[in-house]
Amino acid sequence: MPTRWFGERIPRNEDPRLLTGRGMYVDDVRRPGTLHAAFYRSPHAHARILRIATDQAKALPGVVAVVTAQDLPERIRGPLPKLIPHPALVHHKTQVALAGEVVRHVGEPIALVVAESRYIAEDALELIDVEFEVLPAAVDLEAAAKPGAPRVHADMADNIAAHHIQRAGNVEEAFAKAPHVFRERFTMDRGSSSPIETRGVVAEWDPRSHQLTVWDSTQAPIRIRNYLSDLLGLPQANVRVIAPDIGGGFGPKIMMCYPEEISIPWAAMMLERPVKWIEDRREHFVATNHERLQIHDAEIAVDTDGRILGVRTTYLHDCGAYCAYGLTVPIVSGTTLPGPYKIPNYHAEYRAVFANKTQTSPYRGAGRPHGVFVMERLMDRVARELGIDRAEVRRRNFIQPHEFPYDLGGLIYQDGVRLVYDSGNYPEVFRKTMDHIGYADWAAQKARYRREGRRVGLGFAFYVEGTGIGPYEGCRITVEPSGKVYVATSVGTQGQGHYTSFAQIVADALGTDVRDVIVTTGDSGAFGWGTGTFASRAAVVAGNAVALAAGAVRQKTLQVAATLLEARGDDLELAEGKVFVRGVPGRAVMLGQVAAAANPLRGVIPQEWEGPGLEATRYFAPPSGAFAAGCHAALVEVDTETGLIRFLRYVVVHDCGPVINPMILEGQVRGGVAQGIGNAFYEKLVYDEQGQLLTQTFMDYLLPTVAEVPPVEVDHVETPSPLNPLGIKGAGEAGVIPVPALVASALDDALSEEGVRITEMPLSPSRLREILREAQTAPTPA
Amino acid sequence: MNGDPAHTTPAQAPARVPARRKRRLREPQSALTIRFTVNGETVERTVEVRKTLADFLREDLGLTGTHLGCEHGVCGACTGLLNGEPVRSCLLFAVQAAGAGIETVESLAPGEGLHPVQAAFREHHGLQCGFCTPGFLMSAVALLRDHTVPTDEQILETLGGHLCRCTGYQGIVEAVRAAARTWQR
Repeated sequence: MPTRWFGERIPRNEDPRLLTGRGMYVDDVRRPGTLHAAFYRSPHAHARILRIATDQAKALPGVVAVVTAQDLPERIRGPLPKLIPHPALVHHKTQVALAGEVVRHVGEPIALVVAESRYIAEDALELIDVEFEVLPAAVDLEAAAKPGAPRVHADMADNIAAHHIQRAGNVEEAFAKAPHVFRERFTMDRGSSSPIETRGVVAEWDPRSHQLTVWDSTQAPIRIRNYLSDLLGLPQANVRVIAPDIGGGFGPKIMMCYPEEISIPWAAMMLERPVKWIEDRREHFVATNHERLQIHDAEIAVDTDGRILGVRTTYLHDCGAYCAYGLTVPIVSGTTLPGPYKIPNYHAEYRAVFANKTQTSPYRGAGRPHGVFVMERLMDRVARELGIDRAEVRRRNFIQPHEFPYDLGGLIYQDGVRLVYDSGNYPEVFRKTMDHIGYADWAAQKARYRREGRRVGLGFAFYVEGTGIGPYEGCRITVEPSGKVYVATSVGTQGQGHYTSFAQIVADALGTDVRDVIVTTGDSGAFGWGTGTFASRAAVVAGNAVALAAGAVRQKTLQVAATLLEARGDDLELAEGKVFVRGVPGRAVMLGQVAAAANPLRGVIPQEWEGPGLEATRYFAPPSGAFAAGCHAALVEVDTETGLIRFLRYVVVHDCGPVINPMILEGQVRGGVAQGIGNAFYEKLVYDEQGQLLTQTFMDYLLPTVAEVPPVEVDHVETPSPLNPLGIKGAGEAGVIPVPALVASALDDALSEEGVRITEMPLSPSRLREILREAQTAPTPA
Repeated sequence: MNGDPAHTTPAQAPARVPARRKRRLREPQSALTIRFTVNGETVERTVEVRKTLADFLREDLGLTGTHLGCEHGVCGACTGLLNGEPVRSCLLFAVQAAGAGIETVESLAPGEGLHPVQAAFREHHGLQCGFCTPGFLMSAVALLRDHTVPTDEQILETLGGHLCRCTGYQGIVEAVRAAARTWQR
């Protein structure tokens, strides 16, 4: 048993359950008498609903109910909640539970069928007839942003949901005086987070106790509980939302609320029987939020040494048909873009645009990959244009370790707080990365590859990631007389290992084995306060709440044990599940005995115990986010015949402060890199001009397999954050953020003779060959 | 999903559903009684002929370790063994398995412990959310039964038939390599 669990590479507590098929995912919830639901969804991108006929469907044996908008009670018929309001978001449009008048994207739910089996429910969908008047659709982002485009929402004059500007310094003056200005246009297209488990909801209503229980594949069970309580008119105490094992989330599973998250619980109440809905993969492609499409016009002003004088970016953000979540993605793009560099004058301006496509909301990275892509592409451009080494141009612009806290000059981050980096050591992260990848002798290596007829490029990209934002998370820790420690926090887990990393924090404080710490996450019945798992915040915000609660339980343990052992509290130690007098291991009580003594059957509880039991609840509310950073570098080989790419090496150096469990952290980073590779080269959602999604299967939308993802070498720099007791920073999104920028930089390098300059993501083998052809036929490489 | 365009033309009135379609849907649903072994136990059940093997295992037998990720045969989460060979249980009807021996993830370690392949996945962090894991395990077990010393190429080819969205695959590859060494077959 290690003396300290924090920092140890220990196997996960949750693994035995998940490995033996004993996990409990939403689809595994089996309640007696369960009915199964399926949705009739819009086949059109934009249409008026003239008539819905459900009689045939209702008559099918086994069908219990067919519900359309008009059957819903008033309180859930209107637009669903607005998540994160923002002064710039003047048209905060949200979806409805069931569309009754107009549909605004393919896949929008129109009717809900509840039947004795999913098979029968889907049969019934075939018998529903909906008469549509098809309306012109706004699909292309730039076209949708123009005046006169088909309007997604008839009560708006155009499709502009928000127009928002953030500035630091005086960018006009900087550009006017600058000796060099370089402009570029960058595009990132749509993608899907595609967790292997789709979404799902199971709801059960007990009409006697008026208790609604909902199992939901959400990343934010407490917030779903709160909205359900509000929308269904139930006290919060009568609604229990459980996010059991979740088969991957990556962002889109946090949305309060998806239409199905309201209609299924309501149906369970109405029918007084449990109702289960499990999204199928085709539904997932059209009904679960997308992300990514942004078009950036960007320019950088530099002096003759390549020092940045100013950066300006104007961009369009694709909301899809609604923007329930708010402006998080474009705000995060604009505030992530400056990255590790000193940019005295900065202007970020975007318009968020409605289009007749599936709604967008944060997907792992949440706008950060866009910002990093733009900035790192601009830095490579500066290096090339001025003939300065691309690593050197970055070194000249890094924020230095002594300059923290570093204020970005008045930008406001996604949490509404002024953007100030708390800590970091960017030159060191960069030096380590360049050492690992062997940048110093890359020119010679590259020439060797070239002589062998191989096109290999070295790419790298640096990022700074705002993590661990507020408002708060909480935790309750209870020691039971068995000596086992029970930890409850509402932050849900989708594979990040919270059952283990939180247990490591607690085991250190209470001197127990990490396997004796049992963590419950994501159940509003176990812990009812919280916000959710997003923005790389669970370890930072919930982890510190866990540490505070564990500290409080430790104090109480010492107090009670001092009485039992007739010793002073500060002479006691906790280890191996026992409390003992320092230097006298024989004078000891088991932790469980202390717990029992703290809850006596008779007698008096001292005032200073503040109640019975070894139990404490604590909250952690960070003043602002903690800023992690990292650099990725890779060698990428291009087959110019096929357009395929292959990673020869991939290096990540990451700084998220002290690491709770390096194995879990590296898993997060590696998984992120795999998704980043998909974002950069394989995964693209393609719409046709009518707004039909052409990529609705895993045969069309390509997730990377083991063949596309290289082994990733991970190293760390640890710069603790001063903003929380554990000094930690988030890591969940780190792996994904710089990958598109890195791939672009590697391809530019590999194909430098052809003058290839990558300005768009994602690519594909065929698109890369097109770019190569275009570059070869261009008169002179620009 | 309903995307049948013939079903949604504005001119079509709901009452005019073609009679042929009505007849087809009103035909009695046919079921068959089938017998097979599942994880070593003989099972005899009457099952709707259109029910997939995956749904049958999960719903009728309560073996929820078999997961459904795409239901079109790409992701591999639903992989089980049919007479020892890996199959996509979402692409098979239960009745197609009549007479066969089926193995699911629940068979690997019936007691408290872990099968060597499962233990290797834990040791090498070959899983995060765990949803795709049962499929990977079953394919890996089949590979390692056939090849005590698999080549890296064989390992990658086997794992290439599965999608994992969390791990980046590295831990899975390392786990299978390690299991080849530790599993005393």
